[in-house]
Amino acid sequence: MSTSAHTASSSPASSSSSHSSDHQLSPELQLRIHELMLEARVLEERLITMYRQGDGYFWIGGPGEEAFNVPLGLLVDKGTGVEHDYLHLHYRSSATLLAMGADPVDALRQMKNTATDPYSRGRNFAGHYSARKWNVVPVSSPIEVQYSIAPGTAMAQRATQSKGITIVTGGDAGTAEGDFATCLVWSSRKGSELPMLILVTNNQYGISTPFEGQHGEERISDRGKAFGMPTATIDGNDVETSWFALKKAMDYVRTERKPYLLEAMVSRLNGHSSASGANFVANEVDCLARFEKKLEERKLRTRAEMDEMRARMTQELLEASKRVREEPQPKPESIWDYVFADKNYVAGEK
Amino acid sequence: MATMIQAIRMALHVGEERLGVTDIFGEDVGPPLGGAFTATQNLKTAWNSPLDERGIVGMAIGLALAGRRPVAEIQFCDYAFNTIDLLKIAGNTYWASAGDWNVPMVMMTPVGAGIRGSIYHSHSFDAQATRTPGWKIVMPSNPRDAYGLMLSAIVDPNPVMFLKPKALLRTKALPGEEIPGEPADLKTLSKMIDAPVGESRSRWKPEWPRLEELYVPIGKARTARAGRDVTVLTYGRNVPMSVSAADELAKEGVEVEVIDLRSLHPYDWDAIKASVQKTHRVLCVNEDTEVTNFGEHLIRRLVEELFYELYAPPKLLAGAHVPGIGLADNLEHASVPHKDGIKSALRELARHEP
Repeated sequence: MSTSAHTASSSPASSSSSHSSDHQLSPELQLRIHELMLEARVLEERLITMYRQGDGYFWIGGPGEEAFNVPLGLLVDKGTGVEHDYLHLHYRSSATLLAMGADPVDALRQMKNTATDPYSRGRNFAGHYSARKWNVVPVSSPIEVQYSIAPGTAMAQRATQSKGITIVTGGDAGTAEGDFATCLVWSSRKGSELPMLILVTNNQYGISTPFEGQHGEERISDRGKAFGMPTATIDGNDVETSWFALKKAMDYVRTERKPYLLEAMVSRLNGHSSASGANFVANEVDCLARFEKKLEERKLRTRAEMDEMRARMTQELLEASKRVREEPQPKPESIWDYVFADKNYVAGEK
Repeated sequence: MATMIQAIRMALHVGEERLGVTDIFGEDVGPPLGGAFTATQNLKTAWNSPLDERGIVGMAIGLALAGRRPVAEIQFCDYAFNTIDLLKIAGNTYWASAGDWNVPMVMMTPVGAGIRGSIYHSHSFDAQATRTPGWKIVMPSNPRDAYGLMLSAIVDPNPVMFLKPKALLRTKALPGEEIPGEPADLKTLSKMIDAPVGESRSRWKPEWPRLEELYVPIGKARTARAGRDVTVLTYGRNVPMSVSAADELAKEGVEVEVIDLRSLHPYDWDAIKASVQKTHRVLCVNEDTEVTNFGEHLIRRLVEELFYELYAPPKLLAGAHVPGIGLADNLEHASVPHKDGIKSALRELARHEP
C-alpha cells in the first residue's frame, strides 16, 4: 500500500492553503475540539470492537476525518428547516454528529441494529445518521447521491431567501460519479447560484483503488474552477487549518449565496470498512495524535490528562455497549412500518 | 371538455395557486416551450432545468426534504432509467430513516407507445415503477382522472409517480369526464389556456377557468365498463382500447367488464376481487414488456387467492419482450397490444369452460 503522497508535507494542502496553523483557536475551543475528536475516535473504536465481537454485522466510519469533521459540526448553524443549514453527509461523519450534540450511545444502537436506534430502527449500517431536528438528511450507502440531492435543499433556501446554507460532503472516489458533476452544474448556473458548501474529504482511496487509478485531475477542487466557484484544497488532518478553511468557505457561501468547493486531504485510519479488516493503518497521518502533540506543546493538556480522558471514554462506551446489547431488536412485523407517511399501507394487506 | 394534457396543466395550475406547489421543473418545462407536450405552459412556478435527469430527481428530493412541493418532469420515461437509484432513495427515505424524513414530491413522465416514437420515446415504465417500493404510482386514462389524480398526487405526503399515457394526451374527454369548473366547449377552453404559436406567445396571458378541486383517491380503481363475462384489468392507453373492444364484443353477446386501475400502487384489490368473483375470467392488458410485468403480479395474486373462482387461466396481453419499439408502423403495431388482439383474447377467455 502506497501512502507516500498522503502525508501532510507532500499533500497539495501545504502549498495551497491560505490558512495555516499560524491562525490559532482559543484555548477553550481547542480543548473542546480535542474532547470531541477523542470521543469520535473512541466511538469508532468501540463500533469496530462491537463488530468484531459479533455485536454488529458491518462497520464503516470516519477515523482519520475528525480534525475536519469536528470543526464542521461546530460551525454549522444547527436547527430545523430552511432557515438553518442542511447537511448531506456521508458514512464517515460520526465526528460531525457528535460535535453537533449527538449521543454516542445512539451510534452503538445503530451498530447493534436495535429497535431503539433512533436513526433507522435497526434498518441501516453504523454511521448512517438521520436527524431531522438538525437538518441532517439520511445518510445512504451510495457514495454519490447526496451530491444530486443537496442542490434541492439549497434551492429551497435560495427561493425563501433564508440565511441557511446547504453543506454536502463525500469522498474523493465518489466524485467520479456523475452526481458530482450534477452538483457543480446545478449549483453554479448564472443568476441561479445556490448557497452550497461542496466538500470532498480526500483520503486517496476508493475502497482498494488508489487515487491515481481513478483521477487525472491534480486536485479535485480544480473542477470547481471551470464553474467559476472559489475552491481550496487544504490539509484536513490539521484542526486549525480545517477550522479556518471551513469558516472562510461557510462565510462566503452564507454571505454571497453562491457555491464553494473545498477539498480536505484526510486519512483513512482503519481502511474502507470492516470488509477490509478495519485494522489501524500506522503509516497514515493520525490527526488526533497530531493535535494532541500540539496541545501538549502549547501546554493546554498533559499526556496524562489525555490518557485519562481516553480511558474514561473507552470505559463509558464499553459499559454503554453492554447495556445496548440488552435492548430489544426490531420486531419482524416492523418491516411494514414507515412505508408511507400517511399510513402504513402495504400491497396485499389483508 | 379538456384534453388530458390540458387537464394536467389545469391541475398543476390549481396546485401552484392553492395547494402549495412551489416548483414545476424539468427539461423544457418552463418558458418558452412549456413542456414537450405543453403540460406546463404558462404556469407561474415552471422552470427549465439542465438536461440532467439525475439532477432533476435529486433536486425534487432535496426540495421535498426542505418542505417545498415540487413536481418534476422527466421528458420521456425512456430517460428515467439512469435515475433509478435516486428513485429508490425517494422511495426509501421515509422507511430508512424510520419516519424521520418524508419526501412529498411528484414525478411525472410520459410513457408508452402510440406516437411513432421509436426506441427512445415509446418505452413503458409501469413494470419498473411498481418495483420501486415507497412510491405511489398512478396512471390516468382520461382527462378527468388525470386532473383528479394529479391533485391527489400533489397533496400526498409521499413520492408519487404520475405516468402520462402519451398516446392519450391529446384525446378529448368523453361525456362524464368533465372537470368541474371548466368550460363545456373545447374551443373556448383552448382559447383561454393554450398559448398561440409564434411571436405573439411571449405577450400572451392565459385566462384560467374557475376550477373546482377534485380528488381522485390514490388506490381506487374505476369500472370503465360494466360486464358479466370477462374482466379486463388495465390502465392508461389500454383502457379506451379495451372499452372499445368490449363494445364491439357486446354485439357478439360477450359482456366485458373493464377495470381501470388508475393506481398501480397501491392498487385496488377489493375492486379487482369483486369483479373477478363476478366474471371468473381475467385478462390483464398493458404495454410494458411481458417478462416480469405488473400484470404478472396481478395474475399471481389472483391465482393464489382466487384460484377456485376462476373458470379460465388468467391471461396477460403485454408488450413483446424485445429491446425496443421499432419505428415502422408494422413494428410498433407488432410490439404492443391493440384492439384486435384484445378482442381475440377476450373471445377466447369467454369461450373457455373449466
